[in-house]
Amino acid sequence: MEPPAPWQRDPSWHRGPPWHRGPIGHRGPFWLRRRDGHGGPLRRDPDDRLGGGVAAGVAAWKGFSVTTVRIVFVLVTLVSAGWGVPLYVLAWLFIPAAGAEANIFSKARSDSGGVRLAVGLASLLIFVLLVAGALNGGWFISWAWPQVFSIAGLALIWRNAPPQEQATLRHLLEPLGAATGDVAPNRRSAWRLVIAAVLMAGGLGWLFSAHASLALLRPLGGVLLVIAAIVLALGPWWLRIARDLALERQAKARAEERVDIASRVHDSVLQTLALIQRRADDPQKVVQLARLQERELRSWLFEGRDPNEADEELTFAGGVRQIQQDVEATYGVPVEAVTVGDCELDENLGALIAAAREATVNAAKWSGASVISLFAEVEAGEASIVVRDRGKGFDPEAVPADRKGLAESVHGRMARRGGTAIVTTAPGEGTKVTLKMPRTMTASRT
Amino acid sequence: MSAPRVVLVDDHGLFRSGVRAELGRQVEVVGEADDVQPAIDLIASVLPDVVLLDVHLPGGGGQAVVQAIKADHPEVRFLALSASDAPEDVIAVIRAGARGYVTKTISTAELADAVRRVAAGDAVFSHRLAGFVLDAFAGGQASDAKPSFDPELDQLTGREREVLRLIAQGYTYKEIARELYISVKTVESHVSSVLRKLQLSTRHQLTRWAAERRLT
Repeated sequence: MEPPAPWQRDPSWHRGPPWHRGPIGHRGPFWLRRRDGHGGPLRRDPDDRLGGGVAAGVAAWKGFSVTTVRIVFVLVTLVSAGWGVPLYVLAWLFIPAAGAEANIFSKARSDSGGVRLAVGLASLLIFVLLVAGALNGGWFISWAWPQVFSIAGLALIWRNAPPQEQATLRHLLEPLGAATGDVAPNRRSAWRLVIAAVLMAGGLGWLFSAHASLALLRPLGGVLLVIAAIVLALGPWWLRIARDLALERQAKARAEERVDIASRVHDSVLQTLALIQRRADDPQKVVQLARLQERELRSWLFEGRDPNEADEELTFAGGVRQIQQDVEATYGVPVEAVTVGDCELDENLGALIAAAREATVNAAKWSGASVISLFAEVEAGEASIVVRDRGKGFDPEAVPADRKGLAESVHGRMARRGGTAIVTTAPGEGTKVTLKMPRTMTASRT
Repeated sequence: MSAPRVVLVDDHGLFRSGVRAELGRQVEVVGEADDVQPAIDLIASVLPDVVLLDVHLPGGGGQAVVQAIKADHPEVRFLALSASDAPEDVIAVIRAGARGYVTKTISTAELADAVRRVAAGDAVFSHRLAGFVLDAFAGGQASDAKPSFDPELDQLTGREREVLRLIAQGYTYKEIARELYISVKTVESHVSSVLRKLQLSTRHQLTRWAAERRLT
């Protein structure tokens, strides 16, 4: 019996092939990727390409870092005297892009014009190489031979690749076009090419003359001139390619961010607006919804917190914020919270927060005030919370003994941990609950 | 005292007309502007008592307006408004020279009161601004503070602290006066002195925010 295909045994397969895994940058650092090659069919990855995305495809396939694959490819090319390049072009032709069914070659087969162009270019290059080889068969010629296949393959790709990949190829061919006047060169690039040509001629002349004279240092100067010529001619173009690739990636990142924001705005703001429209006849509810939404949006925009993420490590100020949100959501009374300083929660401060929550809920339920103010301050020695409303107040003596809210939840809770609770109130005067709790010395985060 | 002459500077026309409609009877609105340069020109020509200034303007922060006007017309007073409570917004306009800061959620009566108070030369702190100032001046000697050239400026007195705490709890000046057994005038002078410290202090937190906004 046949063993299952390797990708069926691969536990990481459930994560899906790379073209289902979302855009680049979301796949984690490369040392993780090394272990989770998807093992599925090999696909080029046009999202992360310098040329055709072959290296990125191989990297995703076998789980290497794409940089590693690229370095290996360059090494192979150096060792094999240039055969790596046609190999790459063939891979580009025969490996389908991620998400696409067919490879470029299957399309190119039926493109007779493209085949003619490819053969024509290849033969032209062969001719040039033959002539050059007859004149001086240096190492350069042996390196150039494999490129006959490269140029034919590139021609086919250029004719048949999807528009995005064609753009890459156009970049590759641009300087040739500029040199032959295909792309109208501006004056500066014309000067650049003239100077490059002069340097090139000078350098080559120097090199050839070096055969005659045996001065050891002179060919070096020639080489330098040739390199300078190449850099001068191609440098700006290389720079532009690099810049365009960077821009392309930036644009993609921006697009992703926009999608992110759109979904955020939809999830929160638009949903709330829809709710508000439905509740238009209930002003209290509308105000409550608007406030909740405002708070959420504000915390997301200005504090960078995702309101849907639970606070993993709740701090004192976070606890106060939580009271504010919960009371507003449950009772529809706006709570104006001001916190000064912050620190980690311990048991004492947790009790303080719980007592403050009870006091705030009481104010929301009974006071009838239109707004409750919540003031929390962390000082070196103690933490305090003041809950205040301008509501109707009450007579503390008149509260029945069986009403546990203030007595147990506030006074008792504070007293058990060494804190104090002072309730200042009178009918018609509003209520102020001042809670103070000594701090065990932990590092404060003011 | 007659109704203060007010200029509104805000890039949202809707907000300007709303404020104008609501404040109409209590102040005299003598002009509106929607950006930094028009605002500077307008204020210099009509010389109002108070400028209601949005912190966020398309052509630069509101502090640019304050700085441009303060040089030639120190008598014009600014009350900053903003939709956000980000501390750096607060610090930016206050240090530029605004006499107060309120958020746009303030009620009309409170806004009118704030305008009158600023026109009279007092400072206006919203409860959030009070909380922020307490935060910035917290701990007496903050360990990260650089050696202070003027310790007087870098610390709040106990009384100022108490006043700020009560403002942060939503007390009005009158209620604060009653609570602390002092006169409203004294409350006002405490707040003004806090404002002065806020504008002149070189405390680390303040200068850091200022430096991030390139305001120093």
